[in-house]
Amino acid sequence: MGTVSSLDHARQQASAWAAAAAVCDPEVPVLTIEDLGVLREVRIEGGRVEAVITPTYSGCPAMSLIALNVEVALEEAGFTNVKVTSVLAPAWTTDWMSEAGKAKLAAYGIAPPSGKAGRRALFGEETVACPRCGSADTAKVSEFGSTACKAHWRCRACAEPFDYFKCI
Amino acid sequence: MTDSPLFLATLRLADDALVLGHRLSEWCGHAPVLEEDLALGNLGLDLIGQARSLYSYAGEVEGKGRDEDQLAYLRREGEYRNLLLVEQPNGDFAVTMVRHLLFSAFMFPFHQAMTASSDATLAAIAAKAEKEMAYHVRHTGEWLIRLGDGTAESHRRAQTALDELWPYSGELFDVDAAMRSAIDAGFVPDPEAIRPRFEATIDQVLAEATLTRPRVGAFQTGGRAGRHSEHMGFLLAELQYMQRTYPNATW
Repeated sequence: MGTVSSLDHARQQASAWAAAAAVCDPEVPVLTIEDLGVLREVRIEGGRVEAVITPTYSGCPAMSLIALNVEVALEEAGFTNVKVTSVLAPAWTTDWMSEAGKAKLAAYGIAPPSGKAGRRALFGEETVACPRCGSADTAKVSEFGSTACKAHWRCRACAEPFDYFKCI
Repeated sequence: MTDSPLFLATLRLADDALVLGHRLSEWCGHAPVLEEDLALGNLGLDLIGQARSLYSYAGEVEGKGRDEDQLAYLRREGEYRNLLLVEQPNGDFAVTMVRHLLFSAFMFPFHQAMTASSDATLAAIAAKAEKEMAYHVRHTGEWLIRLGDGTAESHRRAQTALDELWPYSGELFDVDAAMRSAIDAGFVPDPEAIRPRFEATIDQVLAEATLTRPRVGAFQTGGRAGRHSEHMGFLLAELQYMQRTYPNATW
């Protein structure tokens, strides 16, 4: 009996994770919260499912909608006792973004974070390839773009403006 | 019973972030260019996000059932403990950039140091905030270099802004008895330990910007004790309007 029930528990846990992991970021709808690394954990204890999420930026306005969407996704997957918890530590980093996620971002027209989230010099330059034509002849317009997590760049080769997912 | 050092230290950080975040929100739709409108909104959003985490925690520490909204919207002017610097009006774009550079050049290393706080929640908030503040220093520093080393007019305005706001920078390093207790308990870093990093950033930017660091005999202080400039009442009138007019309104 013990084995059957722990198998059942593992299956339920996997199905809960899959349901929560499929929720998309409302501001970057091409990425799931799993791709982003925003979904940290889904656990089932005593019949209750708890999903743990973490914000990308302190002021990310998408967090309450993500929490609500995770709750709905878990309920639609058949879980009735659902809780979504938001944690601050460890602090989110673009290093948690999956390779699949980075490829999806580039295909969507957003340059993915380049490299590891190491400290760059306070006033140093970065090189970011244009997600449309691939040219490295690009320039930063502003450290801040259409959402907290993106900077605003332009390509000198194809003349298109584009978003760059900041590396933090 | 007097407020605990942990509550006060958290509340001061929250008030700084909220008040400066609110000032930045006043730029929305008024910035010189669209890109900068987005940038100023994002700077404000980071700060208001940090303020929310800090207020929620302050309410928890206080243990009187006050939540983030009650602390942000339902206190009187004298109960706000923010720096005088952050409540100063936006002025022209140079004033906003100088105000923000002075604040972020201090808060970036401050949050870096606070990631080692003896208080786990403050350490967690700092670990997020330090990543955000790095961008604030970069953005405002680059602008100040552009303005100072730009045209005669932009140089003049940047220097004027610096001369006006520099006297408020001393309060960043003010330590009273409550703050000393919070520092001794390891909750927050000692601002004196932050000074070399702050000055290095400021000196680097001013040198490239061809601006002169003002010499002042005395600094303006009072915000930490709840004694604010005449601008604070007007700021709160707008910030608190909704909650005062429609108490407990939610949406």
